[in-house]
Amino acid sequence: MKHTNFLRPLAVVLGLALGLPAQAGTYDITVDKVRIDTGTFKKNGIGYNGSQTPTILHFQEGEDVVIRVKNNLRESTSIHWHGLILPFQQDGVPGISFNGIKPGETFTYRFPIEQAGTYWFHSHSGFQEPDGAYGAIVIAPKGGEAVPTDRDYVVQFTDKHPHSGSRIFRNLKASADYYNRAQRTAQDLIEDAGAEGLKAALQDRKMWGAMRMMPTDIEDVQGFTALINGASTQQNWTGIFKPGEKVRLRLINSSATTYFDVRVPGLKMTVVQADGNDVKPVVVDELRIAVAETYDVIVQPREAKAYSIIGESAGRTAMVRGTLAPSAGMVGPYYKMRPQPLLTMADMGGMMSGMDHSGMDMGGMDMSGMDHSGMDMSGFDMSGMDHSGHDMSSMDMSGMDHSGMDMGGMDMSAGMPVVPAEGAPGAAFYAPGSGLIPTAANGGKFLGYEDLTARKPLYRDRPATREIEIRLTGNMERYIWSIDGVKYEDADPIRLKYGERVRFKFVNETMMAHPMHLHGMWSLLDTGKGAYDPVKHTVSVAPGTTLYTETEVDAPGQWAFHCHLSYHMAGGMFRKVIVEGGPS
Amino acid sequence: MRAYSKENNHMKKRLLGTALGLPLALAFAPAAMADPGMSPTVWSVRTDKLEYRMGDEENSFAWEFDAWVGNDELRLVWKSEGAKIEGGDFEEMDNQIRLQKPITDFFDGFIGIAASTPDGAPERYYGAFGVTGLAPQWFEVEAALYVSEYPYIGAEVEYEGLLTNRLILTPSLEVSLPLADDPAREIAAGGGSVELGLRLSYDLIGRSVSPYVGVNYERAFGGTADILRDHGHEVDELTGVVGINFMF
Repeated sequence: MKHTNFLRPLAVVLGLALGLPAQAGTYDITVDKVRIDTGTFKKNGIGYNGSQTPTILHFQEGEDVVIRVKNNLRESTSIHWHGLILPFQQDGVPGISFNGIKPGETFTYRFPIEQAGTYWFHSHSGFQEPDGAYGAIVIAPKGGEAVPTDRDYVVQFTDKHPHSGSRIFRNLKASADYYNRAQRTAQDLIEDAGAEGLKAALQDRKMWGAMRMMPTDIEDVQGFTALINGASTQQNWTGIFKPGEKVRLRLINSSATTYFDVRVPGLKMTVVQADGNDVKPVVVDELRIAVAETYDVIVQPREAKAYSIIGESAGRTAMVRGTLAPSAGMVGPYYKMRPQPLLTMADMGGMMSGMDHSGMDMGGMDMSGMDHSGMDMSGFDMSGMDHSGHDMSSMDMSGMDHSGMDMGGMDMSAGMPVVPAEGAPGAAFYAPGSGLIPTAANGGKFLGYEDLTARKPLYRDRPATREIEIRLTGNMERYIWSIDGVKYEDADPIRLKYGERVRFKFVNETMMAHPMHLHGMWSLLDTGKGAYDPVKHTVSVAPGTTLYTETEVDAPGQWAFHCHLSYHMAGGMFRKVIVEGGPS
Repeated sequence: MRAYSKENNHMKKRLLGTALGLPLALAFAPAAMADPGMSPTVWSVRTDKLEYRMGDEENSFAWEFDAWVGNDELRLVWKSEGAKIEGGDFEEMDNQIRLQKPITDFFDGFIGIAASTPDGAPERYYGAFGVTGLAPQWFEVEAALYVSEYPYIGAEVEYEGLLTNRLILTPSLEVSLPLADDPAREIAAGGGSVELGLRLSYDLIGRSVSPYVGVNYERAFGGTADILRDHGHEVDELTGVVGINFMF
């Protein structure tokens, strides 16, 4: 007994002298049922460590972490460390990495921290993440931050809805436009008729109606309260600064389905990091953060006044304000939300190209596509009932009128509130003429993917060994989401070989943006910069566009790969990726 | 003629209700949490009509709802429609159980059984075959062939006109075309009946609770109208309606 006591300090001293593991931090997280209060509504939800304020884990690059997660829920849970490079058994995806954490159980995650930057963590079970199970990770780099700052704050966004995630999913399946309260109404028709003439206004509606698509279908889920660090506008999350100080804001979008346009009116934002990886600093006025992305920006408020951090949803249905102020209790100004954008035919482009055009009525914009509606019962062949599966890949849009593509006299842009010109700054990763192209509120610089350049190459640049096409597919009206027309439960895994470099070609054939997240390995977003392409974990693919990423397959095991919109993921826009070979 | 008793009829109705309700209740039992990406089984209950009808001669309660459980590939649907005269009989009572499956992007085909069991008339049971879905320009349509000794074709069209995003004007049309005489139910082959509705609703709580007011007009044509006239009944009926729709 005495010997052990005596030996322990000796061992510690020896360990330090030999430079053995410098740190092995142990962290505890409890997963709890919490009462969430947004100031406008209260609901039951899930929180880490008993709080609706997201937990922040501070790690050190090079540290070996031990994280004990206790599940106090009455259902299984899991934690996925979003963006962290780690052994696949620690990745936290039930059914792929492990079996989940049962009620009452404590699961211990152990992995080395081999990177630095801003990341986040969330449950990968059911709809626990939209219900509140998310937090932030800040990893300090070994040699200190490339761009040092005086203050450092996590600014974590979410879209808190009064309905539970499972109810939202159910409602969307029952009626895809359940939460769309920005639909065009008779009132809009009258206004548009006034602005562009009745004929044009009716024709426009006829065209969308022929496709049974809505130009307002930008956000699947509306009616939420946007939060910053668990606080609504009225609860006013506040970060303190002294005038002249440099403040690092670690922006994280932990929303279930909402993209946010973020700005700090009156200040330039210097983007220094994207998805945890340093980028060459870019000065912008505003940026759009897709679901699951992170951006670190530096602002330098010089006046002793309250500044606002504004997060406006991309569909302009919700907004949140946080405050940067020299002292607590100050409130930044609130700004009016900008007008709601509308999708254009450009955003439908991918749907057209991805569709089977055979037998399509190219004629006028009539209802000839209706002949399969079965109004004529005598012609209805019940053998259609025997088709064993609804094959999404052969989507035949017989009701779709193709003449809408070459929009001769029909000016789609008329009456639309936000349609920047083709080639507008920040537009390179949108379809030309897309209604989704963002513009800065002050008319200044809006960040685009094309502005991102890796500070240092992470990998040697080399040609990809092969290309894999990933078609993002779905049926809006049925709220079905898939990859290559096949849902996860019916799909074979994507098999990669350890050591290869794969080029992914993402083709978005839907009219929604999809933030695609590959677990375990980096996605190098092709912006034409070779070795300096930005290194990301989540890449947003805008409607009607194709983009490329490359991945050095350097992590053995099996990984998840999916759209990070919660309800698209749950619906089946998801794949298992198996990396064959490599060290075991 | 009337070879059935009212009591018997009531019991059958209860049995029918149980037979319909049980599979649904079982399906609603909470399922184990699905792994990520595996689409869970979902369900929905929605009324299209739940109203009090005020007519010239009598008032009645009427309903129309459907409840379903299933996934993207297959749904089990219970569709119910009926009317009860205030202080009187169920003059209309139709229930259907169907299996519904996507056949195109916007349309489902269905196959099922339908029971028509109003008071004061002989029961009828049918095999139901049809399609239901969303036609271009946002018309919700349904058409079906009901097969039995007394077959008929039923079709419905409905359109939701958004005056605002919450104030919704819904015209509807329901047509029933009998293909055989059914004198016991005052029906003649080819003598169709039409129900026209116009309802103005307001989404009070999300889409869960939507009160409405409107008018409903029913009319019989052809041989069916002749029979009604012969029996001294009206061939048409205009009612004012107040109601409240629910969606769970």
